[in-house]
Amino acid sequence: MHVDWSALGQVAAVSLGVTLAVVVVFTLGVLGLSRAEGSGTGGSAVGRAQAALCFLACAAVVGYGIWLIVPQFH
Amino acid sequence: MDHITFLVAVVIVTALAFDFTNGFHDTANAMATSIATGALKPRTAVLISGVLNIAGAFLSTEVAKTISGGIVDDAQVTPVMIFAGLVGAILWNLLTWLVGLPSSSSHALFGGLIGAVWVGAGSHAVHFDKVVDKVLIPAVASPVVAGVAALAATYLAYRLTARARRDAVTKGFRLGQVASASLVSLAHGTNDAQKTMGVITLTLISAGALGQDAGPPVWVIASAGLAIGLGTYLGGWRIIRTMGKGLTEIHSPQGFAAETASTAVILTSAHLGFALSTTQVASGSILGAGLGRRLAEVRWGVAGRMALAWLITLPAAALVGGLAASVVKHGGNVGTVVIALVALALAATIFALSRRNPVRAGNVNDHHEVTVRHPAPAHAGPAA
Repeated sequence: MHVDWSALGQVAAVSLGVTLAVVVVFTLGVLGLSRAEGSGTGGSAVGRAQAALCFLACAAVVGYGIWLIVPQFH
Repeated sequence: MDHITFLVAVVIVTALAFDFTNGFHDTANAMATSIATGALKPRTAVLISGVLNIAGAFLSTEVAKTISGGIVDDAQVTPVMIFAGLVGAILWNLLTWLVGLPSSSSHALFGGLIGAVWVGAGSHAVHFDKVVDKVLIPAVASPVVAGVAALAATYLAYRLTARARRDAVTKGFRLGQVASASLVSLAHGTNDAQKTMGVITLTLISAGALGQDAGPPVWVIASAGLAIGLGTYLGGWRIIRTMGKGLTEIHSPQGFAAETASTAVILTSAHLGFALSTTQVASGSILGAGLGRRLAEVRWGVAGRMALAWLITLPAAALVGGLAASVVKHGGNVGTVVIALVALALAATIFALSRRNPVRAGNVNDHHEVTVRHPAPAHAGPAA
């Protein structure tokens, strides 16, 4: 019997890393939004920029996910 | 097309029926948390999920090849065995749906096939090492990985947003949930629709309509995608209730963390060719997300029942599949018809039982329990 432990380990490590990265970045984006809505003009611009940057990064990961699903892209 | 006999046609219809039950059994995986947190309206959620399932089916056929050429010896499998295996899988799926348990459709399918092939061709035709390597180990590992990832992500999300405004946070994560749930649906379509494609392809190979190691033809991909998409759209509300409300009370940051963890696990393992169970991954994620929020209540009774269902899914489906195979083996065509009729009757009975206490789009979020008993007289409507 052959169990591919390295592939399993890879799945575990990559899944954990990607999940944490996406959730943290998205949370920072949400915080940016919350800041933009809550404060005056100065904080609002910074918050909005932070949110835009973070959501863009998450969108990129989603794009990569779709790329992974579709073998025609490889 | 002269290879497609009556029996092969029956098998293909049964396979599509299984695909349909797979769809409504597994809607919850992608959408339960979004429905529970109010990120999506129930009807909208199942529509999005159904459409993306169909889209997903067309995108990839990688797993379809590993199923038909993996756990059982293709050369010894007859359409009759596949039929018996599918009957086992369908009945197990319907039974677990009735009691609202999110068991694995993939394990039901594998179990049914293993039982039927074992009885039909002998134990040597089942590749048990492949079963352990490709099915059992991912089944144990994947929910744990997803659960740990969701737990850590939930914890971080709550830590980071501790001082932010609640309403802005809730709104933000709800939007994120829509995206992550959609990706789970897409991945589910590629994963699970492929299993049916694999089974139909296996049937066509065994009937001689396709060469050994052939890929699924376009009409197989299209019908499998449609069947799972329709099933998903119909919505397995009983299971959605258990996963969205029963395990733990889910808030939108948890929902987002859980769905992200599910997507990550499903995509990375699909990429490496593991045929894992979306259901187990999603349940693991939800449990992890429940634990990650401090003081969040996890109903361990529900989790325990679910784990028990996972353990017995494969053997139970194997038992039904084996039983069906032995009837068909000794009874020939008459046996096939008898099994088909018995299966239909049982399916109708299960559906009738579900009508006693129906769960629909309108009442899915009202309770956290799914029961088969009649609701209390005070609430019983004339149409229930």
